[in-house]
Amino acid sequence: MIALALILVPLAAAAVAFVVPSDRMRPLVLPAAASVHLALTAEDLAGLAPVRPGVWLQLDALGGVVLGLVSLLFAIAALYAPGYLRVRIDRPNRVLCACLLAFLSAETLLVLSQHLGLMWVAVEATTLATAPLIYFNRNPRSIEATWKYLMIASVGIALALLGSLFLAYAAHLGGGPSSLLFRSLLESAGGFSRPWLRAGFVVLLVGYGTKMGLAPLHTWKPDVYGEAPGMVGALLAGGLTSCAFLALLRVYRIVNAAGEGDFARRLLVALGLLSMAVAAVLMVRQRDVKRMLAYSSVEHMGILVLGVGLGGVGLTGSILHTINNGLTKSILFLAAGNIHRAFRSKSLDDVSGAIVRLPLSGGLFLAGFFAITGSPPFAPFVSMFAILNAAVASGRWVVATLYVVLLAAVFLGMGATVLAAVQGRPSREALETPYSDNIRKTGPILVSMALVLLLGLWIPEPLRNLLAGAAAGFEVAP
Amino acid sequence: MYLADLLLVVAILMNFLALGAREMRVCIRAAALQGAVLSILPLLVHRDPGVNALLMAAGAAAMKGILIPTLLQKAMRDVHVAHEVEPYVGFVPSLFLAGIGTALAILFADRLPLAPEHVGSLIVPASLATLFSGFLLMTTRRKAIMQVVGYLLLENGVYVFGLLLIEAMSFLVEVGVLLDLLVAIFIMGIVLNHIRREFSSLDTEQLAGLRE
Repeated sequence: MIALALILVPLAAAAVAFVVPSDRMRPLVLPAAASVHLALTAEDLAGLAPVRPGVWLQLDALGGVVLGLVSLLFAIAALYAPGYLRVRIDRPNRVLCACLLAFLSAETLLVLSQHLGLMWVAVEATTLATAPLIYFNRNPRSIEATWKYLMIASVGIALALLGSLFLAYAAHLGGGPSSLLFRSLLESAGGFSRPWLRAGFVVLLVGYGTKMGLAPLHTWKPDVYGEAPGMVGALLAGGLTSCAFLALLRVYRIVNAAGEGDFARRLLVALGLLSMAVAAVLMVRQRDVKRMLAYSSVEHMGILVLGVGLGGVGLTGSILHTINNGLTKSILFLAAGNIHRAFRSKSLDDVSGAIVRLPLSGGLFLAGFFAITGSPPFAPFVSMFAILNAAVASGRWVVATLYVVLLAAVFLGMGATVLAAVQGRPSREALETPYSDNIRKTGPILVSMALVLLLGLWIPEPLRNLLAGAAAGFEVAP
Repeated sequence: MYLADLLLVVAILMNFLALGAREMRVCIRAAALQGAVLSILPLLVHRDPGVNALLMAAGAAAMKGILIPTLLQKAMRDVHVAHEVEPYVGFVPSLFLAGIGTALAILFADRLPLAPEHVGSLIVPASLATLFSGFLLMTTRRKAIMQVVGYLLLENGVYVFGLLLIEAMSFLVEVGVLLDLLVAIFIMGIVLNHIRREFSSLDTEQLAGLRE
C-alpha cells in the first residue's frame, strides 16, 4: 500500500504541476510533493520486512538505502528549486517541474521493483523523464546533449533488456523458476545455464553501466552534466546513477547466488579501475567546472563497482558510498549552479575568485571538493577508506596501489580546476551581475553539507542496521 | 515453426534493405515491415496463444507497423531537406558488414546451449543479426532520423530474442516494454523537431559543439 503511494504521490504531483498556470507558483509543488515523499519513505523504512513471495513492489534493505538517498536528494533539490527558478523566471518551467516529479516517481518504481522485467521498465522510464530536463536551457548545446543522452542511453537500455532476457533464458534452461521475481530467481539460481548467465551479466553490465556512466560508456555524461541546470545535475549524478547502480547490484546478487560471483567480481574490478583512470586523465586541465564534476561522477561510479568487485567490507563500503557520493554531489552541483549564475559562465576563462564573489557558495564548493576527493572528516572518506581496506585485507596490493594512485591523481587534477575557480579575484563583469546568494539558494546546500559532515563523524544506529541488512542480502549460503 | 522461420528470414532481409537503401523513406518502410512481421510471430511461436497474446500482437503491429513509421515519415516531410541517407560508411561496405554480421550470428547461435524446442530455430541468429544491423545503422548514418530507425531495428532484435521466453514473460511487463518504446520514439520525435528548428537540418554533423 505504502509502496504504491510512494510511486503515485509524485506522479499525481507531476499532473498538478502540469496544470498550474503560473511559472511563479508552480515550483512550490516540488517541495510539497518532496516532503510527502520523504515522510512516506521514512515510514516505509521504519516498517522494513523481508520480501514476501509473489510481491512485485516492496522495499528491502538494499532498496531502502537508495530510496532514502533519492528521496532526501529530491527534497534538497526541491527546496532549492523555487529560488533557482525565480532567478530563471524568463524560462517556462512547466515541463521541468512536471518531469522532475515524474522522474522521482520512476526512480521510486525502480527502487521498489522486485521483478527483473518491471525494474527494466522503470529504468527506461527514468531515462525518458530526464531527457526533457537536460533541455531546459533550450539552446543548441543543450539539444545536442539531450540527443546524445537519448541515443546512448537508449542503446544502453536496449542492451539491458537483452541482458535481462539472457538471464531469464538462463533461468528457463535451468528448469525455470516460477517467475522473474528476484526472490524466485535467487532461490533457483544454482541451476541456471552458465553460458547464458555469464553472457547476460556482461550485457547487463554494459547496459546498466551505460546508465551509471562507467568508462568507456561514459561519453554522454560530460555533455549532459555540463548543459543541464545544476539542480538537475545534482539529481542525475546523485540519484539516477545510484538507481542504475542498484539495478546492477540486483543482477550481481543473482549472478553471485548462481555461483558465478568470481567471474562478475573480476569484471567489476577491471571496469572500476578503468573508470577511475579515464576520469583521472580527462580531469586534467578541465576548463569547464560542470564537465569536471561529470568526470568526478565517472570516477565515483568506478569506485562503487570496484568496492563490489572487492567484496566483503568493500561491498558495504560501496553501499555506504552510494549515499556519501550522492549527498556530496548535490553540494557540488548546486554550488556550481550558483557560481554559474553569478559569473554567467562555467568556464575557467571567466570564473575566478568565486569565494570573493560568493563567499558561501564558493566556500561550499571548495568544501565539497575536499569531501568528494576523500578528505577527512567528510563522509566519503569513510566509505572510500573501507574500499581501500577491502583491497588490502584481501591482499590485492596491485589493486590497492592503483586505487590510491588514481585517487591522488584525481585530487590533483580536480584541485587545479577548483582552486582556479575559487581563488583569485573576480572580473569586473562578474561583480556586476545581478545574482546574489540568499538563504533559498544556499540553505539546501548547507543541509547537504551538514549531512556529509555528520555521516563522516558518526553513522547513526538505524543507518548502520540498514547497511548491514543490505550487505547481508549478498551472502551466499555454502 | 516453418512459417515462423520464414517470417524471421523476411526480418533478416529487411535489415539488408534498411542498410542498402539510398532514400530514408525506404529505410523507414523496411523497419516498419520488419516490426509488423515480428509482431505476428508470438502467435506462431506460442503453443497456446490466448486473448492477451492476440491483443499484444495487434497492439505491437499497429504501433511498429503504422504509428511509429507514420511519425517518422511526418518528421522527415517536415524537414525540407534532401531525403537521402548520406552514410558515413558506403552502402556496399554496410551491406558487406551486415552479411558478415549475419553469418557470425548464425555460427555463434549454433554454439549456445538451447532448450530442445528452440534447437534449429532461426530465433537467436535473427535476433543477433538484427541487433547488429541496428547498431550499424545508428553509428554509420548522418541523419538523426536514421539513428531512430537504427534504434527501432535494435529494439526489434531484442524483441525477437524475447520470443524464446514467450511463455515465461509476464503480460504486464510486455505491455510496459511496448509502452516505453512508444514514449521513447515520441520523445525522440520531439527532440528531432527541436534540432530541426535550432539547426535547420537533421544532420548530426551539426551536433558537434560539445567536444573536449
